[in-house]
Amino acid sequence: MTRITIGPFNRVEGDLEVRLDVEGGRVMRAEVTAPLYRGFEQILEGRPPLDALALAPRICGICSVSQSVAAAAALRDAMSVEAAPNGSLATNIAHAAENAADHLTHFYIFFMPDFAREAYAAHAWHEETRERFAATRGSATRDALPARARLLETMGIIAGKWPHSLAFQPGGTTRAIDLGERVRLLSITTAFRSFLERVVFADSLENVLAITTANELDRWRDGRRGDFSHFLRLADSLALSELGKGTGLMMSYGAYHGVDGGLFPRGLFGPRAAIEPLPLTQITEDVSHAWMRESSVDPAHSNTVPDPDKPAAYSWCKAPRLSGQPIEVGAIARQMVAGQALIADLVSASGTNVRNRVIARLIETARIALAMEQWTRALRLSEPFCHSAGDIPDGSYVGLVEAARGSLGHWMAVRGGKIERYQIIAPTTWNFSPRDSFDVGGPLEQALVGTDVGDEGPRAVAIQHIVRSFDPCMVCTAH
Amino acid sequence: MSRSDGMTNVLWLQGASCGGCTMSILESGASGWFDELRQFGINLLWHPSVSEETGEEAIEVLQSVLDGKVRLDLLLLEGSVARGPNDTGRFNMLAGTGRSVYRWMLDLAPRADYVIAVGSCAAFGGVPAAGSNPTDAVGLQFEGSDSGGALGAGFRSRLGLPVINVAGCAPHPGWMMETILALTTKDIAATDLDGYGRPKFIANHLAHHGCSRNEFYEFKASAETMSERGCLMEHLGCKATQAVGDCNQRSWNGGGSCTKGGYACIACTSPGFEGAQNFLETAKLAGIPVGLPTDMPKAWFVALAALSKSATPRRVRLNATADHVVVPPGRATPKGKP
Repeated sequence: MTRITIGPFNRVEGDLEVRLDVEGGRVMRAEVTAPLYRGFEQILEGRPPLDALALAPRICGICSVSQSVAAAAALRDAMSVEAAPNGSLATNIAHAAENAADHLTHFYIFFMPDFAREAYAAHAWHEETRERFAATRGSATRDALPARARLLETMGIIAGKWPHSLAFQPGGTTRAIDLGERVRLLSITTAFRSFLERVVFADSLENVLAITTANELDRWRDGRRGDFSHFLRLADSLALSELGKGTGLMMSYGAYHGVDGGLFPRGLFGPRAAIEPLPLTQITEDVSHAWMRESSVDPAHSNTVPDPDKPAAYSWCKAPRLSGQPIEVGAIARQMVAGQALIADLVSASGTNVRNRVIARLIETARIALAMEQWTRALRLSEPFCHSAGDIPDGSYVGLVEAARGSLGHWMAVRGGKIERYQIIAPTTWNFSPRDSFDVGGPLEQALVGTDVGDEGPRAVAIQHIVRSFDPCMVCTAH
Repeated sequence: MSRSDGMTNVLWLQGASCGGCTMSILESGASGWFDELRQFGINLLWHPSVSEETGEEAIEVLQSVLDGKVRLDLLLLEGSVARGPNDTGRFNMLAGTGRSVYRWMLDLAPRADYVIAVGSCAAFGGVPAAGSNPTDAVGLQFEGSDSGGALGAGFRSRLGLPVINVAGCAPHPGWMMETILALTTKDIAATDLDGYGRPKFIANHLAHHGCSRNEFYEFKASAETMSERGCLMEHLGCKATQAVGDCNQRSWNGGGSCTKGGYACIACTSPGFEGAQNFLETAKLAGIPVGLPTDMPKAWFVALAALSKSATPRRVRLNATADHVVVPPGRATPKGKP
C-alpha cells in the first residue's frame, strides 16, 4: 500500500488536500482535508443578528449571494416577516445570475482544462481540446469570461456590486427597479441566452430542455458544434460515466423560493430510489475526524470550537449526515429532486458520476436562464421591493437555500438581541466531509475508492476529474 | 513558467481568503482577464484558481521561485495571514506542502520586486480578524490600523517598497488591475501610497464622491428604512464620507455601487472595518451621528445640517423616504400658462 498526497489541489474555490492509499494501481481509501479554518461561526457569536448580513456573505467570494440569502432567510424566520414579492423576484434573479456564473466558471475555468493536459496527447481529440480549453490559454476563456462579466452586470442593477452585497434583506431587496433598469436586465438575460445558445449548446435552450433521455442526448450530440457536445464526446471517449460514482443518496433544500412556491422543490432522493420528503430534523454533524471539540450533533444547538491537536482528525470540516448517511448535493441532486427528465434518465442508468454531474450543471444553467427572463418580466415596478422587518425575539431560527454547489443551511440562535450560536453547513461540507464515527467516508471519499490511477500516482488525471466534478467550494466547507 | 525576458512574472497565492478578490478580477478585460494579462506581457506563474499546474507541479513552481531559478516580479496575496494556533499557521496550511501559508509568505516575500496585498484581508486582517479573531489573522504588513502584521513594519520588497495594499472587500477589478499594470512599468513609488499603503490614485478619493444620493446629502434628507432613496448617512450607517475609494466614480458590475444598490458604505477599504457592529444603523451620540466627516469641525457640520434641513425642497424631502420617485423634478410652483 502506498500513500500519496495531492495538494495544493487547485482550480477549485479555495484549497484542498487529498490523500489516497493505493494498492495495485487502485485507490483503496481516500481522505479529504479542508486545510483552511477562519472561524466565521465564532466571529458571529455575540453580535447583533443583522450583522450576519454583512459578515456571512464574506465566507465565500464565489457564492456570496447564496450566503446572503441563507442569512436573510434565517433572519426572516426570526422576524416573522414576508419578503416583498418584488424583493423575492429580484433576489431570485441575482441569485440565479450568481449560480449560472458559477456553473460557467466551473465548466470553463476549473473543470475542462484537465482534458487539455499532456496526459491526453495521444488522443485524436487532444489538439482541438487543448486549443479550446487549455487553462488560461484556451480560446474558450475569451468567450466565457466576457459572458460571465456581462451576466454579473445583473448585480450592478439589483445588488450594487458582486461579490459581497448588503442588498439581500429579510424584507426583500434594497433597490427598487425602474422601467429602464428592467429593460437593461432583460438585455443581460438575452445576451446570456444568446451566449448559451451560440457557444455552449449550439441550439436553442428550448430544444436542449426538450431532450428527455440518454438516447435522445446521443442523437442530439452527433455532429453538433458547441462546448457541451465537445464535453459529451470526451465523456464517451474517457468513459466518464464510470468515474467517481456516488452512493445515490441526494437532497435539495429547494431553490428560488417566491410567491409561486419555488422553481426547484425540496426533497430527498432516497434509498428507495424515489423522491421523498426531506427529514430536516435528521440533520446532524459528527466531529470524530474534524479538528473540532465535541458539541451537540444538532446544528441548532452546537458550537464550533477548534481542537487543532485532536488525534484521528484530519480536516477542519465537520461531517454532516442525514439520518446518519452522507448525502451528495449539487445541481445533479437539485435536478433529480425536481424530476428533470434527462437527469433522471441518466442517473437511473449510471447513477451520479463525473459525466452526469457536469451534464446536470449545464442543463440547470439552461433552466435558470429561462427563469431569469420570466422573473424579470414579472416585476411589478410600481410596488415595493422591501418590507420593514420587526424585532428579533429570543429563539432558534434556520435559513435553508440552494447555492450553486448544493444545500446551504444557516442555523442561528438568538438570546437577548445577540447571536448566541451560529452554525453553517455548506454544500461542500456535505460533499467533501471527512469520515464519521462509524468510519463512513464522505461522498467524495467514497467516490474516489476504486479509481484506477495506474502508475501515475498523484498525477493521475482521473483523480482531477472526479474531485472537480463536484465543483467544490473549499472556502465555504469549513468557513 | 520559465522566465521570458520582457515578461512580468506574477505569482498569486490565497491565504485565509474567500476567493472574492479573484472572482472580482475575473471580470476584468474586454476579452477576458487572461487575454488582458497577455496583452500587457504578464506571465502568471501560478494562480490557485486558474492555473493548470496542480499538486506536485504547483509545488515545483513555488520551489523554483524560492530557489531563485525564476524571477519573481510581483507577489500577490489574497486573504489574511492566519498565524494561529500559537504562531504555527496551522489554521491555513498550503495543501500538499506541510507548510502554512504564513510560512510560505515569510519565505517568498523577500524574493519579490513588489508585494501586493489584494483586498482588505491581506492588507489589514479583514473579516477573519473580526470579533475574537479565532485564527490570529492579520494583514501582510498591518494588524488592523497598526503597522506590523505578518511581515513586520520594517519589511520592504526587493525594490524598496512596503506592501502595496489594494484594500476593499472585494476590491473593484480596476483597482487590482491598474495597480498590477502600473507596477509592470515600475510606476508606483513609496510617495504614491497613503499612510496605510493604499495607492493614492484610489485612496485620494472618498466613497462619497460622486454618490448618486448627493442631493439628499446636501439637504440632509435621509432615508429612514432600507430601500428608501434618501441619504444613508444619518440613520442607515453609511460611512462613505469617511471611507477612501473612488467607488462612486466607477461603475461596479456595469453600473452599480453600494450606495446606488441601496445600502450603506461599510468602509470596507478601511483597516478594522470588520470590527463595527450594526453595520446598517448609524451610531449616534445625543442624536448626532458619531462618524461625521473627519476633517470638518463638528459644530459647523451640525449648524450647516440644521440650515440645509430647513431649506430642503418638498421634492427632496418626500423622495428621501420613498422607494420610488414620488415627486419628479420640475417647476416647484406652477407659473400660469405654459
